[in-house]
Amino acid sequence: MNDHAAHAHDDAHDVPFLEDGKGWKSWLFTLDHKRIGVMYLWSVLIAFAAGGVFALLLRLELMAPGKQYIEADTYNRFFTLHGAIMVFLFIIPAIPSAMGNFVLPLMLGAKDVAFPRLNLLSFWIYGIGSIMALSSIVFGGVETGWTFYTPYSTNTSGAVVMMTLSVFVLGFSSILTGLNFIVTIHKMRAPGMSFFRMPLFVWATYATSILQVMATPVLGITLLLLVAERTLGIGIFDPALGGDPVLYQHFFWFYSHPAVYIMILPGMGVISEIITVFSRKTIFGYRAIAYSSLGIAIISFLVWGHHMFLSGQSAYAGMVFSFLTFLVAIPSAIKVFNWTATLYKGSISFDAPMMWTLSFMVLFTIGGLTGLFLGALGVDVHLHDTYFVVAHFHYVMMGGTVIAFYAGLHYWWPKMFGVMYREGPAKFSAIIVFIGFNATFFTQFVLGTRGMPRRYYNYLDQYQPLHQFSTFGSWIIGLGFIVMTVNLLASFKQKVKAPANPWGARTLEWSIPSPPITHNFHKTPVVTEGPYDFPVEGQAASGAEGKHA
Amino acid sequence: MNIGIVRRQHAHHFATADQEFSASKLGMWLFLVTEVLLFGGLFVGYAYGKSVYPEMWHEASKHLDWKLGALNTLFLITSSFTMVMAVNAAQRNKAGEMNGKMVGYLIATIALAGCFLVVKYFEYSHKFHDGMLPGIYYTYSGVQNANAHYFFGLYFLMTGLHGFHVVVGMILLGWVLVRATKGHFYSEYYTPVEVGGLYWHLVDLIWIYLFPLLYLVG
Ligand SMILES: [Cu+2]
Repeated sequence: MNDHAAHAHDDAHDVPFLEDGKGWKSWLFTLDHKRIGVMYLWSVLIAFAAGGVFALLLRLELMAPGKQYIEADTYNRFFTLHGAIMVFLFIIPAIPSAMGNFVLPLMLGAKDVAFPRLNLLSFWIYGIGSIMALSSIVFGGVETGWTFYTPYSTNTSGAVVMMTLSVFVLGFSSILTGLNFIVTIHKMRAPGMSFFRMPLFVWATYATSILQVMATPVLGITLLLLVAERTLGIGIFDPALGGDPVLYQHFFWFYSHPAVYIMILPGMGVISEIITVFSRKTIFGYRAIAYSSLGIAIISFLVWGHHMFLSGQSAYAGMVFSFLTFLVAIPSAIKVFNWTATLYKGSISFDAPMMWTLSFMVLFTIGGLTGLFLGALGVDVHLHDTYFVVAHFHYVMMGGTVIAFYAGLHYWWPKMFGVMYREGPAKFSAIIVFIGFNATFFTQFVLGTRGMPRRYYNYLDQYQPLHQFSTFGSWIIGLGFIVMTVNLLASFKQKVKAPANPWGARTLEWSIPSPPITHNFHKTPVVTEGPYDFPVEGQAASGAEGKHA
Repeated sequence: MNIGIVRRQHAHHFATADQEFSASKLGMWLFLVTEVLLFGGLFVGYAYGKSVYPEMWHEASKHLDWKLGALNTLFLITSSFTMVMAVNAAQRNKAGEMNGKMVGYLIATIALAGCFLVVKYFEYSHKFHDGMLPGIYYTYSGVQNANAHYFFGLYFLMTGLHGFHVVVGMILLGWVLVRATKGHFYSEYYTPVEVGGLYWHLVDLIWIYLFPLLYLVG
């Protein structure tokens, strides 16, 4: 009824969002989803660097058995920090909060997310939670590992309360982002943007958001119970007081298994976008990929017990969880097969985003398949708590999500900052990371099958060659990321202006200038076709600048 | 109280006011889902304790005063009713003629929430006095079975978290009340009344589970 005046002042914001306001206040108090996305981006990149430094230090200590340069306690604190920072400060917010915030409303043809204030609040909460997490270093450190298992976490000294409260706080940031995205996807789509015209990144983000909203509160209450246990001695997780430490594990994994899909699903979404664009071909099995995201979200709530095969849970429960774990592999496999089929007979171009994506395909497939080893009851008895688990987890989380994140970063970098990076070093860094990654972590599969337990400070002499090899690999990874970072940062100096649509993509974010104006679209776009309707060969191609709705 | 109404423009990233309203409602419903899951963890802790120590549970729950619990249930159910009436008044508020009723019902809702907290205060202070405290602070000797501290630990966690939600609800509805007195809500815009009401019903609903589980079933 009162629409007419609503867009009156839009013209005032027809400047690129990066130039719409100067100074730190214009960033910290912005309601623009793109600026919030960029702030998240720098934050998670810093977190990744911090977590990475701890990883390199850990690998350095493991060069040889016995003490190299840090004490066992310090080693425990380092691996806890590495895990907690990478999981809670980097991977979980990385793709949804940084890229999702930037891209999702653009992909839907919306002016912003549904609740811009809530979006900013979510970023502030993330900032507070991160500071709390890092402050735990000063308050005595935490040596429980990122899983905070009881009874160790309730009895050990150190800053367990500070660390768990920080994760509790970070959880709220994650919940609010997920909630915001679900409402945005349901309510903010441009005219003509039906559910099955949404880009697959949106589908993946949708499934992720459902998990964020439905799993994170359970982590919240778990951590509150842990804090109550430590401060009041409620007894719920302590056998001496009538409780059960296995109950903690149930609580923790009820969140943390879905959480690994909070981490990987958005990565899968990024890959779906890039594969189709750089194959110049409609994605194969659009609906199968879309539904498999939802399938993963649903089944992932029912498999948490596969982390507890050896915890003393009943053998019958173990069998059910094992079966369901095999089931959850199916939707992931559906995606991999559809991506492969998309490549088939496509006209593939090997630009940097595609190089990272192909790296993802290899590494994620290895990670996924080795997950089946661990999901099989009998095999898991042998491999449980060995380096095999560490290797599997890193193949899916780093080989999967982290690589997908950097694929996406190279894909959307021109859109975010309006500048092109140099192709050569970008591709080169993807290759170095791929090599270093396999050197580091494939070795750890071997270490694991030979019985090297995870999280150990010391080890038998026979493991040394493989440990050394793994450490060398970690240096190669480090080198790759340094090359990548320098190359991306150099693009700000070189100032090679990015065109609106450098990759010839068809989704809506590429129909507007790079970087976009504050209000995204001069006129709300009207969508008349699917997200991947590339011109068929022989027809007049509408070219890279094609889709202006 | 005839201050009329102040018409509101919808936020400009929405296309229509309807879109904004339904988005806000969906957002609140999703938030309520997270609340249910948050309390869900405590209910699992309850189920664990009750199944492992049924006798202790039974014995310990007798030490809660079901009459006070019932009184509080009455307060909250009534407050849910007055909340519904406040939303109803907002929906029918064409030009400010329902402002008075809306404000009245909101005040009633907040007052009933206050009554709930007063009763809760007396319950808590009585428990504190007798040493029915959670965990290691438990010193009460009236329950013979072992591990009664577990029951009271959960009692305080569940009712404490719920009480915290009551306080948040009072602040939220207080803000709605202030805006209502300024004539901000009328038949075409009453989103805060609606979503505030949704939140308040959930707070009520959780208590409707807590009361029988803690005071009666035990
Ligand atoms: Cu799992």
